[in-house]
Amino acid sequence: MNTPVLEVQQISKFFPAVVANKDVNLKLQSGEILALLGENGAGKSTLMNIIYGLYQPSSGEILVRGKEVRIRSPHDAIGLGIGMVHQHFQLVPVMTVVENVMLGSESVRQGLLDRDMASQRVLDLSRDYQLEVDPCALVEDLPVGIQQRVEIIKALYRKAEILILDEPTAVLTPQEIEGLFEVMDLLRKQGKSIIFITHKLKEVLRIADRIAVLRQGELVGEVQPKEASETRLAAMMVGREVMLQVDKTDAKPGALILETHDLQAKNDLEETCLNQVNLNVHAGEIVGVAGVQGNGQTELVEVLTGLRPLEKGRIHIGGKDLTNATPRQITDQGGICHVPEDRHSFGMVTSYSVADNLVLNSYYQPPFVNGVMIQRESIEENAKSLIQKFDVRTPSAQTPVGSLSGGNQQKMIIAREISRPIQLMIAAQPTRGIDVGSIEFIHQQIVAKRDEGIAVLLVSSELDEIMALSDRIVVMYRGSIFGEVSSKDATRKKLGLLMAGVQPNSESIHESSH
Amino acid sequence: MSFWTRTARIAVGMVFLMLLMAILVEITPLGENLWMRVFFGISALNFTLRAAIPLVLGALSGILCERSGIINIGIEGMMLAGAFAGFVAKSSTNDWPLYLSLFFSVMVSLGVGGLMGLLHGTLSIRFRMDQIISGSVIIILAAGLSSYLYDRDAIAVGKFTTLPIPLLSEIPVIGPVLFNNPPITYLALMLVFVVHIAIFYTRWGLRTIAVGEHPRAADTEGINVNRLRYLNTMFSGMLAGLAGGYLVLEAVGQFQEGMTAGRGFISLAAMIFGNWTPFGALGAATLFGYTQALQNEFLMAGVTTIPRQFVSMLPYVVTIVAVSGLVGRVRPPAAIGKPYETEGGKS
Repeated sequence: MNTPVLEVQQISKFFPAVVANKDVNLKLQSGEILALLGENGAGKSTLMNIIYGLYQPSSGEILVRGKEVRIRSPHDAIGLGIGMVHQHFQLVPVMTVVENVMLGSESVRQGLLDRDMASQRVLDLSRDYQLEVDPCALVEDLPVGIQQRVEIIKALYRKAEILILDEPTAVLTPQEIEGLFEVMDLLRKQGKSIIFITHKLKEVLRIADRIAVLRQGELVGEVQPKEASETRLAAMMVGREVMLQVDKTDAKPGALILETHDLQAKNDLEETCLNQVNLNVHAGEIVGVAGVQGNGQTELVEVLTGLRPLEKGRIHIGGKDLTNATPRQITDQGGICHVPEDRHSFGMVTSYSVADNLVLNSYYQPPFVNGVMIQRESIEENAKSLIQKFDVRTPSAQTPVGSLSGGNQQKMIIAREISRPIQLMIAAQPTRGIDVGSIEFIHQQIVAKRDEGIAVLLVSSELDEIMALSDRIVVMYRGSIFGEVSSKDATRKKLGLLMAGVQPNSESIHESSH
Repeated sequence: MSFWTRTARIAVGMVFLMLLMAILVEITPLGENLWMRVFFGISALNFTLRAAIPLVLGALSGILCERSGIINIGIEGMMLAGAFAGFVAKSSTNDWPLYLSLFFSVMVSLGVGGLMGLLHGTLSIRFRMDQIISGSVIIILAAGLSSYLYDRDAIAVGKFTTLPIPLLSEIPVIGPVLFNNPPITYLALMLVFVVHIAIFYTRWGLRTIAVGEHPRAADTEGINVNRLRYLNTMFSGMLAGLAGGYLVLEAVGQFQEGMTAGRGFISLAAMIFGNWTPFGALGAATLFGYTQALQNEFLMAGVTTIPRQFVSMLPYVVTIVAVSGLVGRVRPPAAIGKPYETEGGKS
């Protein structure tokens, strides 16, 4: 067997109180795609950051082309031919594509930047690897799919032979993901080696040559895609059997709960981000809102929960007109519960205890308050029962919620939100970044609420989640509802086209690649 | 990117418009009108330039610092420190040949300004102090120290005098205004071009912008974010020190306590008004300088129809209007004011 281009031996990384990686061994052969699979927090990113020089390992060695190396900074990594496409793109929005690509490896002529030569090289690379991009475009004007190409070009511009792609598919539409896989295939054929990090099982089986699974910082196994299945990989990731499908019966929609008329709103940049949104949700059904991030889903949820003013349009909840009502009016009179997309900023006070966080939406009502005095005992009792009922794993009710894992924080929020009388549940990205076990639990809770006759609006950028839970799916594109599909007719392809702004029956399907 | 960015065109256009009016006033009967002479006479333009130079240098100082992501409200203090240091250097080398002594004093102004910059850098980078507070520390420190150490008997003998540029200074109107000035004035105007080119056309500039906008991105490309920020705050301090040196060694010739009189803050306004670009800052500084010149011209011409207090208010009113965003949106560097910590830094 050839010498691996990259080998990590017995790598461990300890953070205060956390073991991020423990005795990890990995080999990457030239011209192969190695998938690194694991849940959020399994240590994938930490391991890659070690290889890219952003972290120093606590112990262990890294070998590049058979030689032991010490990678102290990204500068060293780049010098060794290692390139990384980060999960959160590392691009400067106000600079052009070529400026971003050359940053740190600038070509200079007579003391001045040689933009022309760099542009030429960007064009060459984009032709060689089918990564079409305009070198003079400002990065902030580009859609995320193109920004990702810029990131890949950036790595190739530095003559990277080993490419680390950290969760590259999280922000893409299904069609864009296919495009990315074609690029990865092309790179593999040209002899580049790729480490592909993901937690999505389908993707791994589709593209990888070899799959390594990390769990709680340790390598739990390596498998070939041929001999793997989704169920087996999921079990390896989580350490036990997992239900990948959500068991649910057909919906029995009842009365109309949420009704919106021609909603229009502006985003933080004062641009119109919602336009003529008409949405109905009935009792006892789950309506999924699909769409590529940034097409108005966030603002839609904010408008419905009273966090963002409406320019035009009306909102009725349970027959009541709650247009531009305050959040408290909406939660109290509308019976809405809100699982926010950014749980750290909007879902909890991280320095407060679990018990206090559990009454953030009801502390002003009896039994938690008597006159002006907070009733500690009631809050404690409430916490005790919810922690048990919703399986929130916390050392005690007094632990600051910020020190819990993402999954347990989310379970705490769900517990708080749905344990009061509600008629409409708005869940935005309810399982983003949490472990498979918690996802399973939260999905069950959402379906249970539906079966109790609650109307559910589910906003998610994970297509699998939308398809698994929804009874009806609407797709948002550029601030409007671009299409609606019943869950029976929904396919990834159909939704993907709608997400990209193409009506599946129109003739322009083939021109929709970007 | 084309050299003449929008702000650069506006700034240069404004300067040309003023020169054109001055030429008209000088050679046509327009000059018989008192108001025309007050607004566009050569003396108004001369005064404008003299008032604008410290603002230009101060604003360039702010640009260097803030483009790399460090807020610099301490320009006022760095300027004062530069002025005081220049004065001390000049008054203790009075027996040297005049130009040697002046040159030495300018170097001292630059050096002390640079040290103040490094102090600001150390407080806000190494010790992660809030950058507004660190800037305030600089201001209070400079005001206190310069007042405490000031020897009221010391006298600086001589200052920079005008160096007419052969031929160019003979051109009517333009010559006397632009090409018959003392050396720091020329230097400041040249620095506008130099900083413009350095920021938008060199490796250092590209990295400075990246570090000020998205330091993590710069870091992942192997750029040492904090080292660049130290370097830029030092350059920033040097330019502010030079502005102080200008006040003592070229404009006034002596030191007075608190002689910067808010110029550091107006520089900051010029930098913001100019959207963190050198030419924008030049345009804004010219505008602010012009309002100060008008104040002077009104007095000289004996205009009494407008109360003096209103004219004195003008520079500040224009500053407030400019910075309050009435003139369109400006966009500060995205990462400004946030200390940067490398990802693996804590462990």
